[in-house]
Amino acid sequence: MSSPDTNLDEVSEGHEPVADPARDAIVASLADQLGDGLVASEVLAGTDVWVRVTTDSWLATATVLRDTCGMAYFNFLSAIDWMPSPFGRDMDAQVDLVGADESQVDPEPMTWGVTGGATRFQMIARVHDPVCHIGVTVKADLDADDPRVDSWMPVYPGADWHEREAWEMFGITIVGHPNLVNLYLPSQFEGNPLRKDYPLLARRVKPWPGIVDVEAMPGDGDGDAADEGGEGS
Amino acid sequence: MSSTILAIELAYWQQTGLRALLGLVGVLLPAGILVYLFLFKMMSFMQSRLGPMEAGPYGSLQLLAEVGKFFQKEDLIPAAADRVVFKMAPFVVLISTFLLVLVIPAGPDLWFIDIDTGIFLALAVSSISVIGILMAGWASASKYSLIGGLRAAGQLVAYELPLVLAVMGVVIQAGTLNVQGIVMAQASGEIFGWGGIGNPFILTQFVGFAIFLIAVQAELTQPPFDMPVAESELVTGYLTEYSGLRFLMFFIGEFATAGIFSALAATMFLGGWYVPGLDPTDNLFNVIGPLVLIGKMVLVAFLIFWFRFTYPRFREDQLQQLAWKFLIPLSLVNIVATGILKVVF
Amino acid sequence: MTDVSNRNQLAYIAAQASDARVNVEFETEGMTLNLGPQHPATHGTLRVIVKLDGERVLRADPMMGYMHRGYEKLAEVRTYPQVTTLVNRIDWLGSFANEVPFILAAERLMEVEAPPRAQWIRTILFELSRIANVILFLGDMGVQLGAVTPVFFAFRDREFVLNQIEAVTGGRFHPNFDRIGGLKDDIPKGWTEETTGVLGRIRTFCDEMEDLVTGNEIFQARTRGIGVIPAEVGLAYGLSGANIRGSGVDWDLRRDGGVGLAHDQVDWKVWTHPDGDSFSRYWVRLQEVREACGIIEQLLGGIPSGPVMAKVPRIIKVPAGEAYVETENPLGVMGYYVVSKGDLVPFRVKIRSASFSNISITPWVLEGAYVPDVVSILASLYFILGDIDR
Repeated sequence: MSSPDTNLDEVSEGHEPVADPARDAIVASLADQLGDGLVASEVLAGTDVWVRVTTDSWLATATVLRDTCGMAYFNFLSAIDWMPSPFGRDMDAQVDLVGADESQVDPEPMTWGVTGGATRFQMIARVHDPVCHIGVTVKADLDADDPRVDSWMPVYPGADWHEREAWEMFGITIVGHPNLVNLYLPSQFEGNPLRKDYPLLARRVKPWPGIVDVEAMPGDGDGDAADEGGEGS
Repeated sequence: MSSTILAIELAYWQQTGLRALLGLVGVLLPAGILVYLFLFKMMSFMQSRLGPMEAGPYGSLQLLAEVGKFFQKEDLIPAAADRVVFKMAPFVVLISTFLLVLVIPAGPDLWFIDIDTGIFLALAVSSISVIGILMAGWASASKYSLIGGLRAAGQLVAYELPLVLAVMGVVIQAGTLNVQGIVMAQASGEIFGWGGIGNPFILTQFVGFAIFLIAVQAELTQPPFDMPVAESELVTGYLTEYSGLRFLMFFIGEFATAGIFSALAATMFLGGWYVPGLDPTDNLFNVIGPLVLIGKMVLVAFLIFWFRFTYPRFREDQLQQLAWKFLIPLSLVNIVATGILKVVF
Repeated sequence: MTDVSNRNQLAYIAAQASDARVNVEFETEGMTLNLGPQHPATHGTLRVIVKLDGERVLRADPMMGYMHRGYEKLAEVRTYPQVTTLVNRIDWLGSFANEVPFILAAERLMEVEAPPRAQWIRTILFELSRIANVILFLGDMGVQLGAVTPVFFAFRDREFVLNQIEAVTGGRFHPNFDRIGGLKDDIPKGWTEETTGVLGRIRTFCDEMEDLVTGNEIFQARTRGIGVIPAEVGLAYGLSGANIRGSGVDWDLRRDGGVGLAHDQVDWKVWTHPDGDSFSRYWVRLQEVREACGIIEQLLGGIPSGPVMAKVPRIIKVPAGEAYVETENPLGVMGYYVVSKGDLVPFRVKIRSASFSNISITPWVLEGAYVPDVVSILASLYFILGDIDR
């Protein structure tokens, strides 16, 4: 599904190209107004549209989306840390139990999702058109060492808390945010919990037993628990 | 209360003791009746539940359990509180309640004091509770309490006026400020020459009655006028920091005052201890009078508590507007109308 | 006569007096009032720090995080079927509705579709949890404004709805019933008739509310014109659900979302109210409960036969990809942005919860309101703490 180098013109490879003029028009007007600012885009016809923009045109994207494309509704804003978890597999031990080789030492290579990516952190935001009922997901790659991005607050005041959350959870500096303080976490909190290299201590202390069914039901005969797993259907 | 009861001559100290005892009964009995009947039962039935059922038959002893609970609780005083004022405040509120009960007669010879300015005294002493509430709000050293106390002061002062003005109509019609005189005026009154049920002033003073009830509701800081306690905004306003016995005193004060105001309303508008068809000077009324009065009090209190459990609360400014822009002009009109009719008839 | 110490005292007093004079001339300092975290109006642990001038709010700062449970992090170490257990607890009053968008997102990534019967039952449960959630709001709105009685009616009638949900799912509060590809089980025998009876009760409840609360003059005085949110401001802040429909925006994902629920199979109406004040938000929710009754009633009449579970592997691995699915939950738009890398566990789940965005408008809307209005506005915005803090 993901194709990192999708150009503007091509709809996602491997799919039957289905016409979706409304979503294509959004991508077109973004390409028109942002120029090089638009890095990649993907239209899943009839369902969804993603665009990836440069960090510099992050704020400009919001302006274009609101003023040109009628995206009056601010949906959410967050970030994704694309780095695979450095704690190996012990944090999701069920994967190990289901056949995967347990001697995985090398960190996996970083891969990206829809519209691809270039760096570890990716900003993600979604706006919505309450009239035509089309939502757009906007992404922007951030510098891995010093992630910083412009605030969306001048365009969408509702971005306030979402940006504070992204700041405390991912350590992304939001340039121009008037009140960048912790939203959820205590003010002395250290670290950025949603980064992949932030350990989930509960799992460190007590590893997940892996996928096991609860004890076999009395009439169930021999337990097919350990290797079958999943929710009993 | 005359100095002779059942033909027994009582010494002065005996009379005083008896008065103190009956005063206590006069305060606690209405409070108990109202709490059980309305707060425990009627409210529960309105809200499709049963209320207390375990303690005693139909939960009738729940009251004792509640009081016992409050006795056991620690008497907390906030560190920053003005301790003396904080401790005094519930007493000031209770004093107002105790003084209020004095003026209400329960029979032709059953009264604590029988003075010519009885109604005037009642309305005057009812204002003392404002001071207690303000003291509580100030001394608690809590912002919620302070806002609550200030709201209470503003509200009680505002509704003092319609309360007084509503009574004026009754006073004009009865021609006396003496409470016993008002009862007698209703007992011996006639409706267009027909004296079958006397002339309870609710028939002529229904506007005054409505205003009086609304003002009483506000004086009691009960919904829809409960901004001073407003538990969803101010936690419980001036009561926030009180616990145990002192809270209980506020609580008793509130419900006893509700009962006594209801009794006052019953006395002024419903004929008090008098039952139509009997001679008001009959000695029988010294026995059944209190029961009749309590019955009528429960009737009036029912209205008060019905509103309490049904209505949402006003905002402070809306409440002031209701008092100053509606109730006071209306009661003034009522007085004028009463005066004119008094002269005409 | 005056010795030195007395003179010093006099000078001190004089200084104090001049200070006092200066203070009288200048504005007084506002009072900071701390509503919460333990406050009756915040039903939960929201804390609103309000700066007051008298009773007028100069500034309001909501603080949250007292109940932050980190579901986004926890979801990264749980398999897809396990995540529903977590998200049940986001909006705990309408918990089945929380599962639906997540399951739909996973289904979209896996390119499976639940069989029609499952979709219909899903929709019925979805709407039942809406009723269970919103009627509590209708009662609670009264409590916040000082009317103690409506909430008991709400609790009484919610119990019947919860019974129906329990009869199907086995869980009153946390059904955990939705599965990728369908539902865990079919509805029990006789359930549809019982549910129709319950809907009658809910309609009666709505009428009671109409009599007891909506028509009440004091209630109207306390809510009409209070906390007005214009449509464009509401949209920019990300308000959703009845909050935005109360501002006149005709937008309901059940009709406009195009996700796999059976809402498009029945006749119903999206209610809006043009005023944008507390009353309109309340009113829209009241109508939506009625509308939900209608939706359920129609759905109950025509549940298609067939299985309730599509063919899905027992061990669910979701193909790599990203999907964002949002539904019109009781509190508003709830969406999950699911990033999968083809594992048993999601790589990242961004939970877009309704209350978080809904309550983010409070600093804007509370400015200039009175303290009693703060309560009215907060109540009408209707938030569940779990839905804010996640």
